[in-house]
Formats: sequence, structure tokens, C-alpha cells
Amino acid sequence: MKMLPFFVIIPLGTAFLISLLGKKIRNFSDILANLGTLSLFLLSMYSITLVNAHKIVVYKVGGWIPPIGICMVLDGLTSFMLVTVNLVSFLVTVYSISYMQRYTDKYRFYTLFMLMLAGMNGIIVTGDLFNLFVFLEIAAIASYALVAFGTEAEELEASFKYAVMGTVASSFILLAIALLYSYTSTLNMADISLVLSEKGRGIIITFVAVLFLAGFGLKAALVPFHAWLPDAHPSAPAPISAMLSGVFIKTLGVYALCRVFFNILGISSKISFILVILGVISMIAGAFLAIAQADIKRMFAYSSISQIGYIIFALGIGTPLALLGGLFHLFNHSIFKSLLFLNSGAIEYSTETRNLKRLGGLNSRLPVTGYTSLLGALSISGVPPFAGFFSKLIIIIAAVQAGYFISAGIAILVSILTLAYYLKFQTYAFFGKPNEAWLKVKEVPLTMRLSMIVLAIICVIAGILLIPVLQPFLKNAVSVLLLGCGYKDVVFGALK
Amino acid sequence: MENNKETGMTLIVKTITRLTVGLILLYGIYIVLHGHISPGGGFAGGVIIALSFIHLMLAFGRDAALKKVSQAMASILESLGALMFLSIALLGFLGGHFFFNFFLQKGEPFDLFSAGIIPLCNIAISLKVGAGLFAIFVVLVLFKGLENKE
Amino acid sequence: MSTYILCLILFCIGLYCVLRKRNIIKIIIGLGIIEYAINLFFVLVGYRTHGRAPILAKDQVITNMVDPLPQALVLTSIVIGLAVTALIVAIAIRLYEKYGTFDITKIRRLKG
Repeated sequence: MKMLPFFVIIPLGTAFLISLLGKKIRNFSDILANLGTLSLFLLSMYSITLVNAHKIVVYKVGGWIPPIGICMVLDGLTSFMLVTVNLVSFLVTVYSISYMQRYTDKYRFYTLFMLMLAGMNGIIVTGDLFNLFVFLEIAAIASYALVAFGTEAEELEASFKYAVMGTVASSFILLAIALLYSYTSTLNMADISLVLSEKGRGIIITFVAVLFLAGFGLKAALVPFHAWLPDAHPSAPAPISAMLSGVFIKTLGVYALCRVFFNILGISSKISFILVILGVISMIAGAFLAIAQADIKRMFAYSSISQIGYIIFALGIGTPLALLGGLFHLFNHSIFKSLLFLNSGAIEYSTETRNLKRLGGLNSRLPVTGYTSLLGALSISGVPPFAGFFSKLIIIIAAVQAGYFISAGIAILVSILTLAYYLKFQTYAFFGKPNEAWLKVKEVPLTMRLSMIVLAIICVIAGILLIPVLQPFLKNAVSVLLLGCGYKDVVFGALK
Repeated sequence: MENNKETGMTLIVKTITRLTVGLILLYGIYIVLHGHISPGGGFAGGVIIALSFIHLMLAFGRDAALKKVSQAMASILESLGALMFLSIALLGFLGGHFFFNFFLQKGEPFDLFSAGIIPLCNIAISLKVGAGLFAIFVVLVLFKGLENKE
Repeated sequence: MSTYILCLILFCIGLYCVLRKRNIIKIIIGLGIIEYAINLFFVLVGYRTHGRAPILAKDQVITNMVDPLPQALVLTSIVIGLAVTALIVAIAIRLYEKYGTFDITKIRRLKG
């Protein structure tokens, strides 16, 4: 019960300890960072058992009763996101033990990484709206610095554009919080929902909803607001690309959107319709733009936009089956997109290039990278029996059941397009005969291979384990979203 | 070897700086310590403390300020401030809740030694903000130094 | 009510500056104007008619004061804005070293 603040304390403490002692003691930063993320992952698995026992756990910071004090809430959706984020970040820290040797100042990388992780965990765990904004800014500022980590010309340009657009989005979110405070005079999430249900929604709540949609939509890279993503994600070092594409846009964008729209403001049919439209446009735009790319990481970045479109589309449909499919696709996409970005990092580590036209036939020289990336690519395209097939199937069935026939057809078409460009990636990069330039490349070091193998195994078994193991875990998360405005009753009930 | 660009500003500015820098530092410490009685607190006091060192750097040139607080020292102070804040919060954990105040008396209102852990938190925040702002300024000025040498 | 409209007009001026100016430094100034406008709006939300400053002193009887909560939140927001500005300025200086120009229409190596 008392371990909820540790999700924020452990990464913060680790970050500042590494910043203090990382340069003096050799290998200190590696060991401490990996210990930190391992302990966070074990804590998040423990939180699943807590949620199964108690349904919802509320922790009052400082002993002050909300709404005077800040509270931290652990319910089904929280534990689901915590497991996703901490699992991927543990595997990425294991990967970056070897990968970041090529960059200078490795301990500063770990400091920024743990700060970003502290921000993300804080967003997931908190129950107060301004606290969410502060943690969102911490994570966003750390990510601006991490995208520019290599300080080449293109990385700086990408980071500058990302930083400017991200700051404008954060200011939209702060304006929305200020307007909401002026209408309800409280900042606690459950309390805002209570006041809104008593007072009724005025015109200003529509404006607040649009501002939140714009702000969080930019962080989630929905289509009118996606222009920063194809520049920022390829320029970052490969472990950071995996974190950004895998968990960052989902925590800051999709999770915060869910929390605000489903539990605080209350979902209405207009907002659901807008989410469906934005999701479908993102799916199509991402897929079409990805086919024409020659740079591996840029292709993966556009593919991320497309898959986030699937998740938002499922959330917009709103039926229980659609929500289950959307959340399962969120978990799957974290796993296989991180795997694909780590693979691209391994290719870059061995061959120093990311251009598809110059790669060829790497399967004989880099077997682990080749086979794990084949598993990841088949899974994201929706080929049975891998995990991606089941999540896309659930989303399409739910769309047909709810009456969105055209959108379901578009979803199937985009899935075929996804298969097309991933097969193009596999053929150009791995199959065929190797170029003379690549005859001497060696396989990547052990820690990088380990992370990729673990992620590939999860890709394969997540689909098979859907019914026995993952379903109660997902059902807890879906039930929180379905509660809608009943969230406040559950939180106040747990406070007494 | 005389280098006119690096020795800072004119004699009048240097004399006034010698007189006022200590007073600015003292004023910053006053604002930090009285954060629970009058407006101010950690952030504002930290900025004023950093300003006293930046004033030294502007008037006398880069090296004079870096002799007082070097770049490595600023980095260490910054991390120490953040770790102090975290440890105050964790000590509250022993007493029941995170950030709970159980080891300092609450005292009378408007006294200097009152309000529990708030003065300690203010000191930690001022260390972090002051050292951080000074480090940012040093790093940004470093670029100008690099450009002058080309 | 008119003060709120003026704050939103200031926000729109800052947004125009970010969107239309070509010099990087002017874009950074535009971001600063956006942050000031939002902070000012937030503090003005807490104003109560005939309220006084929310500072207590010994032997003083208080009848009404303005809302102190937005003032504490705006303090945090100002520091966040400072951190973002410092980071963006550092990136801008490095950009000038690499590209040789401050014109954002010429810094376009990433395309497609």
C-alpha cells in the first residue's frame, strides 16, 4: 500500500546519484541504472497483485486528505501502464550498456534517462491534475535533451523543432488546466469530476476539451499534430528512439487523453466521433508516408503514427471489446516497436549506415538481429499466430460490431500496407546476398542481443497467452475506462 | 601578456561590484530562510544567490567567478540539493507518510523556527536552483569564449 | 472579463510570433511571450474583488484575500518555463555553430 511513491522516488534518486558519482567511479552508472529499472519492474508486477486484491488503492501524500492534499491512485489502468513502461525501460537500459559506449558522457545519458522515467511514472501514478502537468514537463524536457544527445547538425535541428512544438502543446494544456480551475476551483481529478456532475457542463468545458485534445494530441502524434515525430525519432540514439516511440508517446499522449476524457470530463458521442476520425486519418497518413522511406528509422517513425491511429480509433469506438483491443494493441505496440528500433540500432552499430539502399543480405552475418526483426515485423503486420494479429483482429471485429464498416475496411487495408513496407524492409536489409562491404561485420555484443531476444519472445507468446494470463490484467484496465464518471465514487470510497 | 577582452568591465563597475556582491548574497539567503513567513522561498532565493555569482562574472570576467565556484563544484552542489530534498521526503516515510513532518515541532506561527520541514526544503531547493542557474550561465558563456578564440 | 480577453490576445500574439518569424531568436522570444501570457491568466483567475494580498502578519485581522493557490502553481510554472528556455537557447547556439545561420527556412536538412 505504501509503495506508490517509490515509482517516482527510485528513478529520481538514481538520476541524481548517477549525476553526482557517475564520473568518478567506473561502471557505477551502468550498475545503478540497471538496478533501478529492475526494481521498478518488480514493483510494478507487485502492483498487479495489489490491484487484484483491493480494486483501487489511494495513497495520500503527506497524510493530507484530498482535495486539500495530493493523492496517488493505483487502479487497473495504472498498473497496466506501469508494467508496460517499466518492462520496456528495463530492457532498454540493459541494451544501452553496450550501445552507449560509442557516445561520450555516458553517465549524463543515464541521468536524463532516469529523469524521463521518473516523469513518466509520475504521470501514470498521480491523481491530481497540476501534478500531472509538472511530471509531463519533466519528462518532456528530458526528452528534448535526449533527442539532441549526439549533437550532430541534424539531431540539433530535430530537437529544436520538437522542443518548440512541445512547448506550445504544454502551454495549451496549462491554459486548459487554468480554465478548468476557474470553473471548478479544485485540482484533484476525482473532485473535478464531482463538481462537474453537480454543476453541469457549460460552454467553457467544450473549449477546455478542445484545448486538451490539441495539447495531448500533439504529444501522442495524432495526425494534424504529427510533424515533429518523423524528425525527432530517427535522430535520437537507438535506445531513446525505442523509449520515445514505444512508451513515451503512449504515456504522455494516449494515457493522459484517456484519463482526462474518460474519467474527468466524461466522454460524449461528439468526442468519440472526433477520436475515430483522427484515428482513421492517422492510420492512413502514417502508412502511405512510410512506404516511400529509405531510412529505416524514419520508416519506423511513420509506422508509429499509423499504429497510434489504430489505438485512438479503438478508443473512439468506445464499446468494451474495442477498449480491450485498443489497450492490448498499446501493449503490443510498445513491445514490437521497441524491438524494431533496437534492431535498427544494432544494424547501425554494426554497419554504420541506416539507408535501405545500401544494406543487403545481413542475415548471414547478423543472425540474432535478423531473426528477431523478422519476428517483430511479422507481429506488427498482423500475421497469425503472433500477438499483433490478435489485437488487430479484436479492433476490427469491434468496429464491425459497432457499425463502422468503412473504417474497419480501411483498417484492414492499412494492415496490408503495413505488411508491404515491413516486408520491403526485411528483403532489402536482411535477405539476399551480402554486399562486399558487409562481409566482415560482426554480431552485436551480448547485452544488446539479450534485450532483443527477450522482446522477441514476448512478441511471440503474448498472443498465445491472451486468454489465460493477460485477459484479467486487461479487463481491470478496461473496467476503469468503462467506469467513466464513476471514477470519483470509487476514489472517494477508497479514501474513507 | 595582456588580454583586454577578458578582464571585464570598467573600474567604476568593479568597485561597486566589490561592495554589493556580498550584500546580494546575504539578501538571497535572507529570502530563503524566511520563506515561510514572507513571500519568497526556495526558488526566488536561489535565483538571487545565483545572481550574485553571475554579477561577479559579468564585472570581472569568467575566471574570477570560476575561481570561487568551479563548474564541477556547481554540478556537485546541484545534485546534493536534489538528494537533500529527496531525503527529507524519505525521512517522513519513517513517520508514516511521504513528506510527513514528525521530527520537527510546528512552533508558533510567524516565528523563524516554525512550520516543520518547510525551511529545510527551502534550503535544498535554493541550493539546486542557485547552482543550476549558475551552471547554465557558465555553459552559455563558454560558447562565446570559444568563438573569440577562432 | 476584459483582462482575460487581453491575456488571450497576448497569447495569440506570441503564437503568431512562433509561427511566422524566421529568425530562431525571435521564435524563442515568442515562446517566452506565450509562457508569460499563460502565467498571467492563471494568476488573474485567482483575483477576488476588494481582496488583499494573501500574506499574514502578526495581529492582523483578515476579512478577504485573493486566492493564493494559483500563485503557488504559477511559481512552479515560471521555473519550468525557465528550464525550457535555457535548453532551447543552448540548442540554438549549437545550431548556429553547425549551420552558420539563424534563418529557420535554411535549416532544413531533414526532409521527406
